[in-house]
Amino acid sequence: MSEHKIISVGLAALFAALLGMAAHDARADDAVSISLTIKNHLFDPAETHAPANKQIVFHVKNLNDIVSEFESSDLHFEKIVPAGSEGVVYVHPLKPGRYSYYDDFHHATQGYLVVQ
Amino acid sequence: MLAALLIVFREVFEAGLIVGIVMAVTAGVVGRGLWVAGGVAAGVLGACLVALFTSGLSSLFGGSGQEVFNAGILGFAVIMLTWHNVWMARHGRELAAELQAAGEAVVAGSKSLAALAIVVAIAVLREGSEVVLFLYGVAAAQGGASWGMVGGGFVGLILGSLVCLATYLGLITIPTRYLFGVTSTLIAFLAAGLAAQAIAFLQQANILTAYDGTVWDTSWILSESSYLGRALHTLIGYVDQPTGMQLIVYVATLVTIGVLMKIFSAPAVRQPRTA
Repeated sequence: MSEHKIISVGLAALFAALLGMAAHDARADDAVSISLTIKNHLFDPAETHAPANKQIVFHVKNLNDIVSEFESSDLHFEKIVPAGSEGVVYVHPLKPGRYSYYDDFHHATQGYLVVQ
Repeated sequence: MLAALLIVFREVFEAGLIVGIVMAVTAGVVGRGLWVAGGVAAGVLGACLVALFTSGLSSLFGGSGQEVFNAGILGFAVIMLTWHNVWMARHGRELAAELQAAGEAVVAGSKSLAALAIVVAIAVLREGSEVVLFLYGVAAAQGGASWGMVGGGFVGLILGSLVCLATYLGLITIPTRYLFGVTSTLIAFLAAGLAAQAIAFLQQANILTAYDGTVWDTSWILSESSYLGRALHTLIGYVDQPTGMQLIVYVATLVTIGVLMKIFSAPAVRQPRTA
C-alpha cells in the first residue's frame, strides 16, 4: 500500500466517524428500552426480550447494597453501577438469538436477552 | 476470599502485561525504575479517586460519564504510545549509542519515559479502579474488611505481579538488535487495541453508532472472557465479536503509527559516493 492510499483510508475512517456522530440522534429516538433491576444478586426480570434489528437501551437499577458491574461479553459492554443508582447502556441492533449478561463482580448474577 | 483473589488477579494481570512491556521497552535506560514506579503510584492514586467519584462520574454526560472518561483516557494512552514509537524511530539509534556512552542518556531517555509512565498510570488506573470498587463493595456488605478478603486480594496481587515479571523476563531474552523492532510492533498493536476499546465505550454510550454491527464472531474458537482471550485483548486488542468501526479504527491506528514512524524516522546514513 502506498502512503497516499494509507492516508486516504485513515481520512475515510475519520469521515465515517463524523457521519456516525451526526446520525446518532436520529436513531436513539426509536431505540427499544429495556428496564431491569438487580436485587439480592438476581436480575429482575431474569429474561428480557427485544425485536431484532433495533437499537436497544438497557436501564439497569442496582438495588443491592453493593456495587455491580453490568457486563456482557456477547454484547460487548461493561458498566459500573453503584448501589442504589441506575446505569444506561446502548446496544447496537442485533440478529435474533439469545445473549447473556452478568454482574462481573458477582458472576452468579446472570441474565439473558432474547432477540426475535 | 476466592472472588477477591480472582478479581484482583484478573485486573493486576491485565495491567501487569502493559507494565511488563514498558519495563522491557525501557530496559537499560537510566532512571526507568523511578518513572515506572511513579506511573504505578499515580495509577493507584487515580484508581482510588475514580472509585471514590464513580457515582458523580457516572451521572455526567447524561449517564455516560464513565464511557466518555474511559474513551478519553484510552485515547490519551494511544497518543502517548504513538508518540513513544515515533520518538524512538527518530532517536532510537542515537539513544542506543548514548546508552553505551552513558552521559546524556538520562536526559534523552526521560522524554520518552514520561510518555510510557503515563501509559502505565492509565493502565493501573483503569484496572485498579475496578479492584477498589469491588473490594470496597465487599467490605461494605460485610460491615468491614475481612482477613479472607485481604488475603485473597494479596494473593491475587502477587500472582498478577508474577505475570508482569514473566512478561518482562520473556521480552528481555530477545537479542538487543531485534528488541527495538519487537517492542515497536508490540506497542503499535497495544495502541491499536486500546483505540478499538475506546470505540467500544463510545458505542456503548451511543456517541458513535456508525458501523456498529458485529463483523465476525470467533468466540467459539477463543472467548474473550477466557484468560488467553483476556491476555490477547490487552496485548493486541483481540475482540471475539468486533464491530465494523472497531476494525476501521484498529487498522487506521496501526497504519497511522507506521506512516508517522516512517516519516519521522532518522535519515539513513549516506554513503560517500566514489565516482
